[in-house]
Amino acid sequence: MNNLLVYCEIDEGQVAEVSLELLTKARSLAHQLNCQLEAVAIGASLDGIPDQVFPYGVDILYVAEDPRLSPYTTIPHASIVNRLIRQEQPQIGLFGATSIGRDLAPRVASALRSGLTADCTQLEIGDHYEKRIDTEYKNLLYQIRPAFGGNILATIINPETRPQLATVREGVMKKEPLADFRAGEIRKLPVVEWLSDTDFVVEIIDRHIEQRKVNIKAAPIIVAGGYGVGSKENFQLLYDLAELLGGEVGASRAAVDAGFTDHERQVGQTGVTVRPKLYIACGISGQIQHRAGMEESSMIISINKDPNAPINHIADYTIIGDVGEVIPKMIRYYKKNSK
Amino acid sequence: MNHLRIIVLAKQVPDTRNVGKDAMKADGTVNRGALPAIYNPEDLNALEQALRIKDRFPESEIVLLTMGPGRAAEIIRESMYRGADRGILLTDRKFAGSDTLATSYALSMAIRKLEPYSLILAGRQAIDGDTAQVGPQVAEKLGIPQVTYAEEIGEIADGKVTVKRRLERGVETVVATMPLLVTVHNSAPPCRPRNAKRLMKYKYAHTVSEMQHSNEDYFAWQNDRPYLRIDEWSVDDVQADENMLGLSGSPTKVKKIENVVFKAKESKVLAPSDADIEWLVRELIHNSTIG
Ligand SMILES: Cc1cc2nc3c(=O)[nH]c(=O)nc-3n(C[C@H](O)[C@H](O)[C@H](O)COP(=O)(O)OP(=O)(O)OC[C@H]3O[C@@H](n4cnc5c(N)ncnc54)[C@H](O)[C@@H]3O)c2cc1C
Repeated sequence: MNNLLVYCEIDEGQVAEVSLELLTKARSLAHQLNCQLEAVAIGASLDGIPDQVFPYGVDILYVAEDPRLSPYTTIPHASIVNRLIRQEQPQIGLFGATSIGRDLAPRVASALRSGLTADCTQLEIGDHYEKRIDTEYKNLLYQIRPAFGGNILATIINPETRPQLATVREGVMKKEPLADFRAGEIRKLPVVEWLSDTDFVVEIIDRHIEQRKVNIKAAPIIVAGGYGVGSKENFQLLYDLAELLGGEVGASRAAVDAGFTDHERQVGQTGVTVRPKLYIACGISGQIQHRAGMEESSMIISINKDPNAPINHIADYTIIGDVGEVIPKMIRYYKKNSK
Repeated sequence: MNHLRIIVLAKQVPDTRNVGKDAMKADGTVNRGALPAIYNPEDLNALEQALRIKDRFPESEIVLLTMGPGRAAEIIRESMYRGADRGILLTDRKFAGSDTLATSYALSMAIRKLEPYSLILAGRQAIDGDTAQVGPQVAEKLGIPQVTYAEEIGEIADGKVTVKRRLERGVETVVATMPLLVTVHNSAPPCRPRNAKRLMKYKYAHTVSEMQHSNEDYFAWQNDRPYLRIDEWSVDDVQADENMLGLSGSPTKVKKIENVVFKAKESKVLAPSDADIEWLVRELIHNSTIG
């Protein structure tokens, strides 16, 4: 009762990265709240799920298994989550802010008449005093998210309604399995009883999902290019440097929008959040939405023609110059000086 | 199946895409007044989808529904110039302060007055909140299915619609039964421009409040041309429960708003010269940043 529930997104038997990130965060929140961590897995063949989630400290795993539940469709998953929440009364429910989570969570929130905050980038526990009614609320979930195009950070609370619901952006929380863990309890949900045929009013007739090709989150070095790189051809220089240094190529949204590279490489508020050892920003101005995804890099080098580009204010080194000139020199001197 | 009623949900929003320095107040809050009010971009994608359906089924009716202050009538006129048949402005002080849950309740009550409808189309999300919650919540309140992130609305036949969805790593095609709510993604085609004839025709489309504040005798105009009336609906008109609206009907509260601040660093500035770059590369190798 009154635990913390995480909806686990499952793709081909694999729990999504974002769900594992959420479980990591939820574990520490549950610890602070002195409650248990629960997860729900909904899908078709779920035998492999317990082994994937128990290392993250899940105390109770609810399993809803039925061939009709994969791939994801809204109403059947929402029906199960609603029933489970009504039955178990968690105080907090968390979803990934993905195509699935952002489709499902509002449907659930509306049915339960609970408050929902979208796209959180931080979650904390804290109190709140409401002057108007002289009431102190203890241990609320602070749901922190960028707002107004990323120019401000808003802290949202749901003082009265339970559960407190939030979707959380992928890649902003760190995923950390426990070295030492014990397997939690598995509880099977009565799917057939909880679903009716009328839940299946949306039928998937075709699906093309690409496997994730790159995972820049895990790269120790990122060579990121912006609009200033100028073209898809020039981006090749960045790939050359990244390969030489054992890193990956990242990008700003302007570079992705211009077609220089793929969306998977976008860093920032609407891309991924990265914390590499070294981030080399090439022809990136460093707007707030981009910085939000890379400011925690251990070292930042900016290569920019403009001495006043905002990115330079958070860089350790700034090379004032042309990307096309600087990168070949970096490659040359790296080859010369490394053994 | 030739005359579908299609309700388009649209919102007038401050243009948060180009927030200049003067748009931020010293306390870190946004000075909404400093931002131009625009038609929420993805709602225009939704309107275009409605217009394309009407191209196929010309007897269909497109009703634009928006909730907002009086000036939001602007986006209803804008929709009429592009092809919407009529518009409804849901406006009342009691709606102020509504979060997504209260907003979707209000919209769903207005939609109930527009029954029977076949489709509700909305933009995926509005740029002033980016929550993408209102569409799914309206669908839930009405007890109808939803299809989110539509890129293309295909065949409509036998009470069913085929929709192609844009997901983060691919596409999916679904068939869903009507009535149905669809949210439209920005990868869907952009909205067609204003039509010159329609611009002339609907230039004087006004709400009652707008007419009262005008010196011209629009009332007389509208008597002859009922299509120029933009309906205004209040809380009472849609029989909504006040307790489920505004601040009291909104479970989420804003506790705090902060400016985003980044830790400025003392940056070492280098030239693109051979000497400087070789120095930097050796420095990085030396401190093991690169191997
Ligand atoms: C809601 C919202 C979400 C967003 N999310 C993201 C996000 O996730 N990620 C993101 O990156 N952006 C995001 N943006 C967009 C962001 O505001 C900026 O528009 C974008 O980051 C700019 O990319 P850029 O720095 O590559 O381009 P620009 O701002 O155009 O900067 C180009 C830079 O290159 C320099 N330059 C030009 N030519 C050269 C050259 N030959 N050599 C060296 N330097 C050169 C210029 O001096 C300039 O500094 C978002 C915006 C909004 C409103």
